[in-house]
Amino acid sequence: MALNSLGREIPENYAGKPLIPYGDPFAIRPRGTVAARPLKRMNPGEKKLLSSLREAIEASGLKDGMTIATHHSLRNGDFLLNRIVAEIAAMGLRGIWIASSSVHPVHAEIIPHIKSGVIAGFQCGVNGLIGEMATKGEISCPIVVRTHGGRARSVIEGSVPIDVAFIAAPCCDEYGNMNGYYGPSACGSLGYAQIDATYASRVVAVTDNLVPFPVVPVSIPQTLVDYVVVVDRLGDPAKIVSTTTRVTTDPVGLQIASYAAQVIEAAGLLRDGFSFQTGSGGISLAVAEKVRSAMRKGSIKGSFGCGGITGYFVDMLEEGLFSALMDVQCFDQEAVQSIGRNRAHQEISADMYANPFNAGAVVNRLDCVILGATEVDTSFNVNVNTESNGYLLHNTGGHSDTAAGAKLSIIVAPSIRGRLPIVRDRVTTITTPGETIGVVVTERGIAVNDKHTELKEELIRRKLPVKEIGELQREICRVTGTPRPLEFEDEVVAVIEYRDGSIIDVVRRVKE
Amino acid sequence: MAGFKLRRSLLYVPGNMPSMLQNIPIFNCDSVIIDLEDAVPLSEKDAARHLVRHFLLNYTDRNKELLVRINPLDTKWGYEDLKVVLPAMPDGIRLPKADTPEIVERLDTLLTEFEEELEVEIGRFGILPSLESALGVINAVGIANSSERIFALAFGAEDYTASMEIERSRGGEELFNARTRVLWAAKAKGIQAVDTIFADVSDMEGLRNETELAKRLGYTGKCLVNPRQIEVVHDVFAPKQHEVEYALQVIEAIQRARQLGTGVIALGGKMVDAPVVKRAARVLRTAYAHGMVDTLIDEEAIHGAQ
Repeated sequence: MALNSLGREIPENYAGKPLIPYGDPFAIRPRGTVAARPLKRMNPGEKKLLSSLREAIEASGLKDGMTIATHHSLRNGDFLLNRIVAEIAAMGLRGIWIASSSVHPVHAEIIPHIKSGVIAGFQCGVNGLIGEMATKGEISCPIVVRTHGGRARSVIEGSVPIDVAFIAAPCCDEYGNMNGYYGPSACGSLGYAQIDATYASRVVAVTDNLVPFPVVPVSIPQTLVDYVVVVDRLGDPAKIVSTTTRVTTDPVGLQIASYAAQVIEAAGLLRDGFSFQTGSGGISLAVAEKVRSAMRKGSIKGSFGCGGITGYFVDMLEEGLFSALMDVQCFDQEAVQSIGRNRAHQEISADMYANPFNAGAVVNRLDCVILGATEVDTSFNVNVNTESNGYLLHNTGGHSDTAAGAKLSIIVAPSIRGRLPIVRDRVTTITTPGETIGVVVTERGIAVNDKHTELKEELIRRKLPVKEIGELQREICRVTGTPRPLEFEDEVVAVIEYRDGSIIDVVRRVKE
Repeated sequence: MAGFKLRRSLLYVPGNMPSMLQNIPIFNCDSVIIDLEDAVPLSEKDAARHLVRHFLLNYTDRNKELLVRINPLDTKWGYEDLKVVLPAMPDGIRLPKADTPEIVERLDTLLTEFEEELEVEIGRFGILPSLESALGVINAVGIANSSERIFALAFGAEDYTASMEIERSRGGEELFNARTRVLWAAKAKGIQAVDTIFADVSDMEGLRNETELAKRLGYTGKCLVNPRQIEVVHDVFAPKQHEVEYALQVIEAIQRARQLGTGVIALGGKMVDAPVVKRAARVLRTAYAHGMVDTLIDEEAIHGAQ
């Protein structure tokens, strides 16, 4: 055991690999070169189209103990990962690792295959029941939670070699050219799959929409794809939307959004060239709404909107408030439709989006990002992975990447979640280090990280309710009381990897 | 102008809803009216007043004016409301159905008795009477003069239109006479006037139009049924940038005048004297509340050194 710089105990090894304790957000310098894979040759007349998923798995050479990957652009509407795991199980393979870009509640179907040993573990974060059961000790499989940028890094540097990537391809031709823009399972950007296509040893395109050669525009080219296979259905795009896509009407949420928008304005970021990222969700969209009207009012021409893209950002692009959208993932149908028709709506890979180990990611160019939290502590460390019951329920997404990259990262959260205070002495799990968080906005006050002294003074000058984070905590606890700390076993059920590959925290089994 | 208190937004909060009461500190309205009357069903009258009492006792870092709308004094709940809530020190009472001066005088007497019993300064609890019937509107002048505790008159259009047997329209033409009469009574007495609620929470355009009308007539504030309405109302009542600049020039001019030993001076070809200064001071106080100027104007700047 070693303590990392945030005081969390990190074991020396996990799942057979040595761990590096987290030190600070920017210090680790990468060494070596990007990962390599075998050269290939495809002669004229040779075919890639296979007749079934089973045949494709066999052709890919998948063996016991190997690693597979899928993308999560269909989010909770993805059918593919469940089908592949079921097929692998039927073929009698065992000890397979999943290194998908994310795993969603719909993939709870995998659980019996974890119990039976078909699936050995996850080289990615998980949303929903799998994490919950792991934290309760009901299933046993290693989970390495990664940020979007961190996952791209781990694949590109070769620390997580993907043996076979299965890519859900909503629009695909028989030679493997594909995009996500069109077809019954259109999901828009294939930003995560672009990494897998480039670095996996074998690449299988799976489609429910085989179209005549060639598919244009090309998101992932034929040169990277070994096999093509047709299935009846890739997924249900209606389930891409995970949270609400409407601006909240809750007065508390609106109050938070109003403060957040005023913080952005006070920070002096609202000027020509403004770049911005928010998630989906009612409060984030309410912030976007307020930013949008402030941009209109001031005739501000923004630079780009980024991230998971919503219809809201599409509207802002079309209105001329942004000159481009940088889209690693579409969050709703409006975004999916836009990326297929608007050249200024640019698809970007997870590498370009957020990988810390390249010549510069898009997150580095962000002025401001709006982020959520399940808990925040008095050092501004943020938890988005576990809930206050200790269960691992959420993947990190781009949280730590954008917080590190943006000039100003703003956490928006109601001061009370359930009956519990959002600000704690110590968050259950550290996802994102406090040194990359600028401001925490709740309806009861705004806490500013000391590194933004000028902003803090400006907010006070504008009579916004600026409070020390400890003061904010005390005020909330006067309403909620102080919660009793959770108790954990020693057993580590998951590690939380920071974007640079160091370990920022671990998730331990909850004492029931 | 001593004791000037900005009351642009007076937000109703039901007294029987703990989840809403606990959020009172977070909204940036100028006043809150915790309701024990219409929002509270008969079966919860008793529980609500105790809930409100405990909320007020625990709300120590008060950041806005707190009024309680009690049940009318001729109901069996009105007196009990006062008895339970006053020891928790609200700033004032919103009196519904204040149809006659006598009704207000009765509340005034009761408040004096409670103040003596609680050993607090006489006059500590203010009164905001609701003029919400034909009779109340007719009696506006008498009501305004019925108690020194009254800091504003509030017009209540919902009950008023009911008493007139008419429908309330979006344009509000049918309210014009009543609104004006309430205003005259308030202005003649030198107190504030608070406009009625706008019930359609989703119609922000309608709210803005109605608030603009009220402001043009002379109202200084508006009652609200939802926190979402605060922003629009504050926006309407916010002074315009050119008004603030002019007001600053007026204050500067009058200070220059005093140095010259006079109380009148010309500014841009117009005379600046006491009423102009008073209006400028009012603009600057409102501007201060909106964060448009950094310092609060002091009495000496307005009236000169004694």
